[in-house]
Amino acid sequence: MNQTTEPQGQGRHHLLRIDNLHCEGCIKSLKKKLSEATPWQVLSVDLDSKQVNLQADASLEQVLETLNALGYQATDFGAAPHCSTQEQGTPDENPEARQVAHGTVLAIDGMSCASCVAKLEKALCRVPGVEEAQVSLVDHTAQIRGSAPVDALVQAVEAAGYKARIADNPDDTLAQRQQQDEKYYRSKLREMSLALSLGLPLMAYSFLGGEMAVDSTGQRLFWGLVGIATFAVMWLAGKHFFIGGWNAFKNHNATMDTLVALGTGTAWLYSMMVVLFPSAFPDMARHAYFEATATIIGLIDLGLALELRARGKTSEAIQRLIGLQAKMARVVRDGQELDVPIEDVQVGDVIRVRPGEKIPVDGEVIEGRSNVDESMLTGEPVPVPKEKGSVVSGGTINGQGTLVFKATRVGKDTALAHIIRLVKQAQNSKPSIGRLADKIAGVFVPTVMIIAVLAALAWLNFGPEPAIAYAVVAATTTLIIACPCALGLATPMSVMVGVGKAAEAGVLIRNGEALQTASQLTTMVLDKTGTITEGKPTVTDIVPLGDHDEQTLLVMAASLEAGSEHPLAQAIVDAAHARQLVLRPMASFQAVAGHGIRGQVDGASVLFGNDKMMRKHGLDIGAVEATAQDLARQAKTPMYLAIDGRLAGIIAVADPIKPDSQEAIARLHRKGLKVVMLTGDNKATAEAVARQVGVDDYIAEVLPEDKSRHIRSLQEQGELVGMTGDGINDAPALALANVGFAIGTGTDVAIESADITLMRGSLHGLADAIAVSKATLRNIKQNLFGAFIYNVLGIPIAAGILYPWTGMLLNPVIAGAAMAFSSVTVVSNANRLRWFNPKED
Amino acid sequence: MMMWINLAGLMLIAFIVWWFWLYQPAAGVKADEGPVEIRVKDGVYQPARIEVPVGREVQLKFIREDTSPCAATVIFHGLNVSEELPVKQPKVVSLRIEEPGEYKFTCQMQMYTGTLIARSATAPDPE
Repeated sequence: MNQTTEPQGQGRHHLLRIDNLHCEGCIKSLKKKLSEATPWQVLSVDLDSKQVNLQADASLEQVLETLNALGYQATDFGAAPHCSTQEQGTPDENPEARQVAHGTVLAIDGMSCASCVAKLEKALCRVPGVEEAQVSLVDHTAQIRGSAPVDALVQAVEAAGYKARIADNPDDTLAQRQQQDEKYYRSKLREMSLALSLGLPLMAYSFLGGEMAVDSTGQRLFWGLVGIATFAVMWLAGKHFFIGGWNAFKNHNATMDTLVALGTGTAWLYSMMVVLFPSAFPDMARHAYFEATATIIGLIDLGLALELRARGKTSEAIQRLIGLQAKMARVVRDGQELDVPIEDVQVGDVIRVRPGEKIPVDGEVIEGRSNVDESMLTGEPVPVPKEKGSVVSGGTINGQGTLVFKATRVGKDTALAHIIRLVKQAQNSKPSIGRLADKIAGVFVPTVMIIAVLAALAWLNFGPEPAIAYAVVAATTTLIIACPCALGLATPMSVMVGVGKAAEAGVLIRNGEALQTASQLTTMVLDKTGTITEGKPTVTDIVPLGDHDEQTLLVMAASLEAGSEHPLAQAIVDAAHARQLVLRPMASFQAVAGHGIRGQVDGASVLFGNDKMMRKHGLDIGAVEATAQDLARQAKTPMYLAIDGRLAGIIAVADPIKPDSQEAIARLHRKGLKVVMLTGDNKATAEAVARQVGVDDYIAEVLPEDKSRHIRSLQEQGELVGMTGDGINDAPALALANVGFAIGTGTDVAIESADITLMRGSLHGLADAIAVSKATLRNIKQNLFGAFIYNVLGIPIAAGILYPWTGMLLNPVIAGAAMAFSSVTVVSNANRLRWFNPKED
Repeated sequence: MMMWINLAGLMLIAFIVWWFWLYQPAAGVKADEGPVEIRVKDGVYQPARIEVPVGREVQLKFIREDTSPCAATVIFHGLNVSEELPVKQPKVVSLRIEEPGEYKFTCQMQMYTGTLIARSATAPDPE
């Protein structure tokens, strides 16, 4: 497409794209700058597409050069016909497209200037399938959106004279993170050793009755040297507290660093003052606290190191999921098998997986037969049989057969990648139970500072001599003991472990709030079909009347049902096919919602439906009603068939109950939930199923659109209602329930419609979800209680509230130890959840 | 003497209240054009106040220099967005805020804090 035309004499039209045009002001500014620098004219600007129509007596290259020199990111609009900005495209309209929007990120080597950016973007946009390419000079990356294969992108970059590799590989990120954590851990241990190597001997000296007073010149000299050594320790082992505290202060912010820096700084400054100007202090107040400063810094460094280790374990679940991703795939190209890195696998590639190997990406089996272990994704322990046409998911393990499949989703679009994203997202979201702690954490540090000042004033005004020393100790101890971290970490650490634990059981929790509400539910509503039952009805009984036989009944019913989409219809048609019956031609098909169907089969008028339908057409069913009720009591759904106005018989269909439904419902009962079943079936059938699986209540003959109404009526009775359904037909009811559980079919992640997705079909997943959410909430409460109590008791004690009764003031070093270990305790308690087994609970 | 000390103490408290709670920060950095670079270093996000237009995607580029695990996660409150920040590698977070208002972004423990000020894009551009 060539957008440059040659009009008569006044210069050429150039259709350009200028990326940094955002508003009317920008357009004015562009026109102004251009009119000052050139005689060119801006004819039109479309802000949405950033398209600028420019008239200029110059070549395209000259125009681009001039615009770039004026600070505009201009490109030839024609050169980038398929590249667009995110505001303009439509990718956000559906979730599928949103995944594509994540796109590929390439790390680029060899970029030096802004013109490289334009050149690379242009080169990338020319690759077929690229919707958007953004190159950043700052971080030397290119973000590409669209369906273009990665190697084509890399080739395009290389052809433009640069080097490219895939960035943002989760494996790399993980390895890099572990490496950095290790580095941080070691540096903290080093700092701790340094600080304690000074602090502990001094502490020992003080405990063994060593002289801590600063009186004689000798003592002043000794303590002066110790003070300088302590300063060195503060700098080498604790400068992060001081720099962090200062930076936060400059930004009107106060953090844990502020508290540590103020606490240790106060102790050091006081001690140094005593050393320098002993005469300014009363005799009893001439005391050095250098040992406290050094030891506190050492202990808090140790606390930080231990916390890091404990924190590493909280993300174990997500690391395990990331670890499921395969690194290589065996791709069949031109009849040859090639081992290629996973990032080079493209949609449409044919991949061979040998027995015992990991399935590298999502796809559809085109050849072979095997059982695949999907437990790592769905929590389903039994391997799932796969054959031609089956869907396989990346990260699952192939069993004994060989499979050849066609890749349908790769990279960031696979179910596994989707799960990882969802879990990560949920792990960092907070339930409302943590809101109070958040509010407190937000004002915590300045409040503690105020308490420390008040405590010091109280000691100075009312304390015994040496009041100044007591005041300093009380203020220092208060600042040191207060721990915003324990408070801040209490909720997120438990959520992190809990959501991860749930993911291991094949339960995807959308956010912290869903986790919290799930733990508080009082009633669980279960949709019958597909939730309690398999959702695959089969014909169980055929009861012919008069001179009809089973085959006639089935043929007539199946011929009629062939036009219906009802799940029961499929069962009838399947039964006819199984008996190799030939269906007859059918005409004037009509479905009557909630009743049944009717039509002409082979010229005969046929009615097929429930008792209501028969009565509506004036048919007497009295003779077979007892049989029908008997069938219904066995959890079967009886349907009457009438031919030419005469009752011909009954066909009963049953949807088998999942083998573990009863046990899972019993588990829900043990969790204190009332279980209610919703079904469109008639009362007798519903009652039979309800009795078999042991639900507390059932609501029968519910039309699909009425499900929400029943949820609302339960809520109006004061119940906190969970609804479990298939996530597609039940979407409105799921959305209305306090927590919607979508019961999944394998790895098809339908979380968009539900708060919690159960990846396997078993109701045990539901019981697991409830168990995990209850355990997590219990853990959060323990953590919050611990953190609150610790601060609520610790701070007044540190301030010296017990002194009037006990005559004791807390040692700042004890406060330092308590503070260092309080956050470790919170993280460790959260880690206990890792051992939680939902099945045993 | 004690009176002066008490007075100093009360003034210190007043200062803490004013400095940390009452102080109204100046206008934030505008995130209209191109990504805003936010440094995560020494306990603060720099800049910590960012003005973003409502209804348009904005990009925040975080550069984490603090290796402590405290800085590892950034959580945007009320937007259901959270991201892991790699050390010394820029991480671009794309956001789109539909409702005007102030949105906090913090680390997990809320020690690092910043604010996004979402404004309707009707305000005229200074140009």
